[in-house]
Amino acid sequence: MDRSSRRNFLSLACKWGFYSIGVAPVLSAFFAGCKTLDTLAKSGPSFQIGDVFVDTKAIAKETQVVTNSFEDFTPEQEYYIGRTVGAMILQKYRPYNNPKANQYINVMGKMLAQASDRPETYGGYHFLIQDSDEINAFAAPGGFIFLTRGMLKCCPHEDAVAAVLAHEIGHVQYKHGLRAIKQSRVTSALTSLAIKGAKKYGDEDLEKLTETFEGSVSDITKTLIVNGYSRSFEKQADLAAINILQRTGYNPNGLVTMLNQMKTQLKPERRDFAKTHPSPDSRLAVIKKYLGNYSTVKSPQTRQARFKAALGKI
Amino acid sequence: MPKLKSALIILLVISLSGIAVFAVEQKMMSIQVKKGAVRSSPSFLGKVVAQLKYGDRVAVQDVKGSWYFLDRPKGKTNGWMHSSALSMKKIVLNPGSSDVEQAASSDEITLAGKGFNKQVENDFKSKNPQVDFKWINRMEKMTVSQNQIQVFIKKGQLSPKGGE
Repeated sequence: MDRSSRRNFLSLACKWGFYSIGVAPVLSAFFAGCKTLDTLAKSGPSFQIGDVFVDTKAIAKETQVVTNSFEDFTPEQEYYIGRTVGAMILQKYRPYNNPKANQYINVMGKMLAQASDRPETYGGYHFLIQDSDEINAFAAPGGFIFLTRGMLKCCPHEDAVAAVLAHEIGHVQYKHGLRAIKQSRVTSALTSLAIKGAKKYGDEDLEKLTETFEGSVSDITKTLIVNGYSRSFEKQADLAAINILQRTGYNPNGLVTMLNQMKTQLKPERRDFAKTHPSPDSRLAVIKKYLGNYSTVKSPQTRQARFKAALGKI
Repeated sequence: MPKLKSALIILLVISLSGIAVFAVEQKMMSIQVKKGAVRSSPSFLGKVVAQLKYGDRVAVQDVKGSWYFLDRPKGKTNGWMHSSALSMKKIVLNPGSSDVEQAASSDEITLAGKGFNKQVENDFKSKNPQVDFKWINRMEKMTVSQNQIQVFIKKGQLSPKGGE
């Protein structure tokens, strides 16, 4: 559910609470949820004072200063952007056609995604290994996630692979890809929703929309492959990963193992992870604040055996 | 004593009107993903008891963290759905001109298939024939069942703690 929907729901939910004063015991569980969401509502641009809900977005609209945001893309539109961004990434890093390894990554990835703060996207989460020795991983909007053989070689156990996948799920969760789209294109794409007429777009409208689409895909792809995300986005994704790993029962130190391994394998002169991510050391410094002292990851034998069977010869 | 009696009656009337308003204002929401899972408990560890599809309207009865309790959605089993699968807006699956007009002036309607859609993707493909979608389609076909996930958790000796 998008942020504005959530706020509207909150407003109504709290009104229900108001109307239902006489049946408090019956609805006590409901109030508990209401309180949690109230906190969230306050973090957005709108807020609530007692029973009065102040929707700053609505006020902005009335004064005609409303700005379309990447958050206004529906999950369906995000899915179409993600499909094409994924296809563009696969132009540069070709797929690794190994059904067993890809199946292993998909079962693990989907399990991790279900434990994230965004388990549901329009088309669901999908994972694919890429046939490259470069160390890299990408998350296209909507849940299309890629990682190279080179990245998997930085993972001595399943907990480390889980850390890589969970980090990429974090980028999808926070819609970091969509945030890379230039504001002018977001506005153009969203105003196109008001085009009237038949079920299909006419030539002129379609031409303009496809142009905006191409630009948006290019903004994201360039960010993923060339420029990289900001440090704060990478930190968000790392913290999301720790959360997911803890919820699913993996040792979150798997992320530390992977980053330490990466340090020894990264080649700064190559156009890979080093170009698009903060250095492993700076990420480790942030992560350690949340994890405390490193504890060696000890995978149970069965977990290590299936990891070796699926990815041992990659 | 008569005062106490009238106070009790007033309290009862307030309670009943509260129930009535609550029933009338039961919030309707829409499924905003292709397939949304309904679970037996408000956690990713809850068993999937039903699947709902894009645009389905559901009545929300309760909220717990990021999970919403749905009342017999589409005649199926009661259960919990994660907020990421739900939208406050009504989703119009095959919007006509009047829907577009209505959506332009309302924050309560979303039009499915508008904006970046299949038609735009196809136009992109015709202009960029070198971009191959074969593997994107193959990725989408790599399905994983809930049973496979349960087996994976068990065999890997994972002890999930649950979550929001």
